Amino acid sequence: MLRYAVHRFLSAIPTLLLVATLAFVLLHAAPGGPFDSDKRILPAIQQSIEAKYHLDEPLWRQYLRYLSDLGRGDLGPSFQYRGTSVNEIIAQGFPVDLTVGAAAIVLALIIGVAIGINAALRRGSSEDYGSMAIAIVGISTPVFVVAPLLVLVFAVNLHWLPAGDWVGGSVKHLVLPSVALALPYIAYIARLMRASTIEVMNSPFIRTARSKGLPLRVIILRHALRPTLTPLVSFLGPAIAGLITGSIVVESVFGLPGIGRYFLTGALNRDYTLVVGITVLYGALIVLFNLLADLCYALIDPRVRLR
Amino acid sequence: MACAMLSTRGIVDVSDPPLLQIRGLSISYPSERGAIGALRGIDLELAAGECLSVVGESGSGKTQLLLAILGLSAPSAQVRGSIRHRGQELVGMRAAQLNRIRGKRIGMVFQDPMTALNPYLHVGAQITEVLRQHEGVRGRAAEQRAIELLESLHMPEAAQRMRQYPHELSGGMRQRAMIAIALIARPEILLADEPSTALDVTVQAQVLSLFRELRERTGTAIVLVTHDLGVTAELADRVAVMYAGRVVEQADVRTLFESPRHPYTEALQASIPRTDAALPTHLPSIAGTSPDPAALPPGCAFAPRCLYRLPVCQMNPPALIESTAAHWKACHYDGVLGKIRGDAA
Amino acid sequence: MRPTHGFWRQAFERLRRQRMSVAAGLVLTAIALACLLIPMLSSSDYYTPHYEYLSRTPTLAGGHWLGTDPLGRDMLLRVMWGCRISLAIGITASLISVLIGVAWGAIAGYAGGATDSSMMRAVDILYSVPYVPFVIVLTLLFGRQVWLLFVAIGLVSWLDIARIVRGQTLALKQREFIEAARVSGTHGAAMITRHIVPNLIGIVIVYATLTIPTVILFEALLSFLGLGVQSPLASLGSLVADGASEMQSHPHLLIIPAVFLALITYCFNYLGDGLRDAFDPRDR
Repeated sequence: MLRYAVHRFLSAIPTLLLVATLAFVLLHAAPGGPFDSDKRILPAIQQSIEAKYHLDEPLWRQYLRYLSDLGRGDLGPSFQYRGTSVNEIIAQGFPVDLTVGAAAIVLALIIGVAIGINAALRRGSSEDYGSMAIAIVGISTPVFVVAPLLVLVFAVNLHWLPAGDWVGGSVKHLVLPSVALALPYIAYIARLMRASTIEVMNSPFIRTARSKGLPLRVIILRHALRPTLTPLVSFLGPAIAGLITGSIVVESVFGLPGIGRYFLTGALNRDYTLVVGITVLYGALIVLFNLLADLCYALIDPRVRLR
Repeated sequence: MACAMLSTRGIVDVSDPPLLQIRGLSISYPSERGAIGALRGIDLELAAGECLSVVGESGSGKTQLLLAILGLSAPSAQVRGSIRHRGQELVGMRAAQLNRIRGKRIGMVFQDPMTALNPYLHVGAQITEVLRQHEGVRGRAAEQRAIELLESLHMPEAAQRMRQYPHELSGGMRQRAMIAIALIARPEILLADEPSTALDVTVQAQVLSLFRELRERTGTAIVLVTHDLGVTAELADRVAVMYAGRVVEQADVRTLFESPRHPYTEALQASIPRTDAALPTHLPSIAGTSPDPAALPPGCAFAPRCLYRLPVCQMNPPALIESTAAHWKACHYDGVLGKIRGDAA
Repeated sequence: MRPTHGFWRQAFERLRRQRMSVAAGLVLTAIALACLLIPMLSSSDYYTPHYEYLSRTPTLAGGHWLGTDPLGRDMLLRVMWGCRISLAIGITASLISVLIGVAWGAIAGYAGGATDSSMMRAVDILYSVPYVPFVIVLTLLFGRQVWLLFVAIGLVSWLDIARIVRGQTLALKQREFIEAARVSGTHGAAMITRHIVPNLIGIVIVYATLTIPTVILFEALLSFLGLGVQSPLASLGSLVADGASEMQSHPHLLIIPAVFLALITYCFNYLGDGLRDAFDPRDR
């Protein structure tokens, strides 16, 4: 098991390296320098700025410097917000993402698993068909459609919840964004769990368990639960990528001061270091979550560990 | 059904009530083409301590028979008829009651041990949970009993195997684990669904000798489902031959092999090449194909392929009647068989 | 050896029996026809502002069946154009995805060994790259050029298809007709194109159909964030974005394009599901 963990950890490194390198390439491939603006800058000032940001060094040196900075966790200064580093901006915005994202995942897991397993156990009933039809709608409807619609219905028309903004610690402001983010996941997890439950309950080893005279509760908890949940674990790794994308949209629609919004405004304002820095962060998050998902999977399924 | 039975393995006292009594068991499944009858009126009995072999090809319904006894048929199955265990009616019994019989009075060994064992749990846990459920024995005591049982089944390094997962064991070891699961609560009946089919030939021989030992040591009654006549000859006291969801012949093993009375049985035996005679110039096989359960012909299901076919065979299905002592057959033809045997060409 | 005529016929029969998928297919055809014909038959256009008709709500009378937008442009026409753009980008970009994915997967699967492992390692690594942020950065850097849009969007799904195709190729390699072909001298590229690819068509159709909604949604997302098609051209995504900012006063501006977008993706998903069951029936 430990060998497996180490192995997976090591293979995450080339991915991180690739993300960082791509980010660096993009940073320096931009037509025009990062400080191009409509104003003209005196050549002397231009030179001193370039020296300060090491832009006058050969590219490979800049690359190594960039990598070593990354290794220390330093993502550089923001061009938009002079005097603030990218790290500081991320530190400010990340808790928002964390809260909304965590709420969304928890919501999606609880509701999705419940609906999915319920549909499977009541297979063929109208409850089954109904919930699966709604699930398809949930998966097909994109976040940026759902989010404004939620605002329209719950904030504008019904006045039950605020239309946006963020007040730390306020549950009211958390509801709509996390629901909007969670919706496609609820739908996907429900379908996944339904298929998985059906497959597991029809499998030969469940039949063996029944032949032992074990009560249904024991069969479900002891024999069926783990195999049913394994596809969920596999899914959560890649799901983080979608969560990241979704958070960009949700923060934009609801005006939340999270990393996604900084990313977007950074993109529109040509704040290269911020944008690229956040991209590297996203890459690291995806790699991390995939790693965690793989490790959880190996914990659950003993057949994987020996590979 | 009162009869005297003498088998090569000893005299069975028939004043004991049958352990298992099956009457008119029928199972059908709904499908787009109408109801498919997997079992169509089965009558069988199992006496204490005897080994009854149910022989048939795939699709004859023999696995369905075993599953129905323990109430493990698919949810869409319609089960009709009666299965009595020591007088208790099993068909339609509620799950809570049935669970007291499953594993404890009747154990089952499934066909493919690789898929029949839970890959996520230790092998030992899958054995001891039966003890925990039925006898309240847990922990070290349960493990001890499991290890003893595995050792008696000739499982090498039994104690280590307990902590391993099914995929870490070989095929033969997995099958032993399955047998241990079925036997650990000391049931009086063991249902075995093709216990050696999924294994290599050498391991097959081992498993068969295990079963033989089992019978001699514990006197557990066995219902052995197989398509292999060789296995039947080795282990069975009595044999029931199934075709297309019906029992077509039933007799003690010696009689069945020496003088079969149903054309299908004769044809089955004839299709096995014998090592004690010259090889025929071409292997005899049964003409035609197995019938489609959704489109069975009226009358006897074997009639289209039968060499002794009479006009009545295609109109009325024959009933299972006792033609000589303890020898039952479902066939309209009353004459002597022998068209296939003896002819080498 | 190609899949026989019977293979296609059987699959088609199974598809025909899935009523929801058939319905989905019909709806899509209806939308496609509508978005092709309606702008052609209409007398006005989608981009000229008409200041006399600002933000009218939908009415059956008076010509503007779906209302108008804040610049007085007819919503029906704009939505139809939006559908055109979305469908065009969706189908073209997913074709790009499919071509790249099939080539990658078939070559990796057929070649086997080190080539296979390195190609699939590349896929694994690329999977972890945060794609959407990268595309956003790209559009930021290189501007909103059409070719960039097509390529970037087309690259979003090839990874999944490559994996599936590689798996199928591995399975096909074991089949006897490949052995037979090899014995008779077919190798390499000829083997791949003549024997492997035709047998992949079924699964490729399924995944191509399922990729289209992903691609459409991705383009819509970019447009929503302001990085996709440029005004006055409108895709469903940009229409939704425009509608979202007006939704308090004129909700129809949001709801109508949202409904069309959801309908198109919903139908492609249902159709793709049905195709998958038709080509590979298993217990659902």
